[in-house]
Amino acid sequence: MATETKKPDKAAFDQAAFDLTRRRRRRVRAVKRLGLHVLLLGILCIMLYPVIWMTVSSFRPEDEIFGNIGLIPENFTLENYVNGWTLFGDVTFGTFFINSFIITGLAIIGNLLSASLAAYAFARLEFPLKRLWFALMLGSIMLPIHAQLIPQYIFFLQIGWVNTILPLVVPKFLATDAFFVFLMVQFMRSLPPELEEAAMIDGASHWQRFWRIIIPLSLPALVTTAVFTFIFTYNDFFSQLLYLSETQKLTIPVGLRLFLDASGGDSSFGGLFAMVLLSIGPVLGFFLASQRLLVRGVATQGFK
Amino acid sequence: MVSKSQQLAERQIRRGASPYRRVEHRAAYLFLLPWFVGLIGITLIPLLASFVLSFTDFDVFNRPNFIGLENYEKLLTGDRRFDRSLMVTARYVGFSVPLILVFSLLIAVVLNRGLAGLAIYRSLFYIPSLIGASVGIGILWREVFGADGVFNEILARFGIEGMSWIANPSTALWTIIGLNVWTFGASMVIFLAALRQIPESYYEAASIDGANAWQRFWRITLPLITPVVLFNAVLLAIGSFQSFTQAFVVSGGAGGPVDSTLLYSLYLYQMGFQQLDMGYASAMAWLLLVLIAVLTALIFWSARYWVFYGDRN
Repeated sequence: MATETKKPDKAAFDQAAFDLTRRRRRRVRAVKRLGLHVLLLGILCIMLYPVIWMTVSSFRPEDEIFGNIGLIPENFTLENYVNGWTLFGDVTFGTFFINSFIITGLAIIGNLLSASLAAYAFARLEFPLKRLWFALMLGSIMLPIHAQLIPQYIFFLQIGWVNTILPLVVPKFLATDAFFVFLMVQFMRSLPPELEEAAMIDGASHWQRFWRIIIPLSLPALVTTAVFTFIFTYNDFFSQLLYLSETQKLTIPVGLRLFLDASGGDSSFGGLFAMVLLSIGPVLGFFLASQRLLVRGVATQGFK
Repeated sequence: MVSKSQQLAERQIRRGASPYRRVEHRAAYLFLLPWFVGLIGITLIPLLASFVLSFTDFDVFNRPNFIGLENYEKLLTGDRRFDRSLMVTARYVGFSVPLILVFSLLIAVVLNRGLAGLAIYRSLFYIPSLIGASVGIGILWREVFGADGVFNEILARFGIEGMSWIANPSTALWTIIGLNVWTFGASMVIFLAALRQIPESYYEAASIDGANAWQRFWRITLPLITPVVLFNAVLLAIGSFQSFTQAFVVSGGAGGPVDSTLLYSLYLYQMGFQQLDMGYASAMAWLLLVLIAVLTALIFWSARYWVFYGDRN
């Protein structure tokens, strides 16, 4: 009997102890979580501080930028934007923007067309030497651009394409960014074959199957390609530095560099900041607009 | 009987399939046509041409003369600046790649613990990767780490006297390495996707066996994630080896001070497009190709000792 009365007591005690530890554990976990949030936000603040500081500085009068690490503008002004925009007189930053958008727009169209065509063949068709071509395509992703750069430049120089946008745009229509071919092959392979088989029975040609079925289904991969092409081409400095020299034809990256040289480094950071901020605006905008697809696109680089 | 009708059917299929196959082959090559033109005209022929050019003294204006191995000899034995650029690049790649791997994995593991706001954190950490390669951010870096930059201003609040980190040969490269590490978000996103594929049950089993968080990381997360570490390492090494923009912008195109930020591709650009010694630059380009191939092969070879591919017996 004595043992019997003791037993429930012990159980109740155990239960109470268990509740206590659980509550304590939960509280410990909540504190830990809070700590992690504080840690992550702290890292983010340090990382993004320069960009935020530049944003604020671009709205500050020129003489208040230096020595000012605060993030609240005391005297709000737009003069940096006005000064920066018209620094080169009749060639404004607007020209650079238009040039950049023309090149990136054409590059996007080129990459979408050429990469999806090649990807369809690799993903859905059988043909002789397929493995060899596929291996070459993969290999060309790894190839550093420098290895082909000089003969390309000489060739474009000889046919009179240097100082035009053609060397920056035409290769995109020839699927030279093989990375996007690979990305689309991976995606198209994952599409179910049934729809295409049904179309085949109905007598659809390869072109119709590609255009009517595969392309509409591949929209996520196409958007990823478009966004990445935008960011890569828009930020690309090296080839635009090589091929564009006339001020009238410059794009944002080479235009900013000219601005930096013209302003002599330290004198007019206000205008420079304002233009830098405008220049990264479209990339951030594009990113926010297509965020989910983009992040998924990065994640599928490696595995699918 | 059965075999006879089967044979007939097979023959019919084969007869029917053969023209169909031919149509498919022709269609495939038509779909690939733009890519073929690009592969041959923009990639392969220039690749071979630059190999041939690397044995000449081509300078755009005059006919190239064949000079044998002279360019390579000079590169490997007589060019101080080339040695310097190799050293600078080795330091740049050697420090930034491991740092990016550690940072991105660390943040990804923390984010993967089911914290609220994962999507927002992920996007915020990814922002530097979007803009980090742009000239604009290079300009910002120049200001931040310049003599009157914000960095020194902040150091001053702590009573530390700064200097121009950009103009000092022993710190200039570090500012560019820092900029590269700043863009760890892209690797982090890839790590996050991989971490999500690890089954929760592994961690539960380990917890029941009394493994603490530290042990779970070292015994479960890290081994299972090693193939992705390899993938990121190769990607980052190849990319960092070719870095150009930020060294150019931060040093004003010179690779200074005292060649301390003279990355390989910056020196190649100077030789090929400023000195117009295109034969020499071609030799550098082919050497770069070989270096990247060797580096990639080395990473893959080392993978046998540290990448975990599951039990393959």
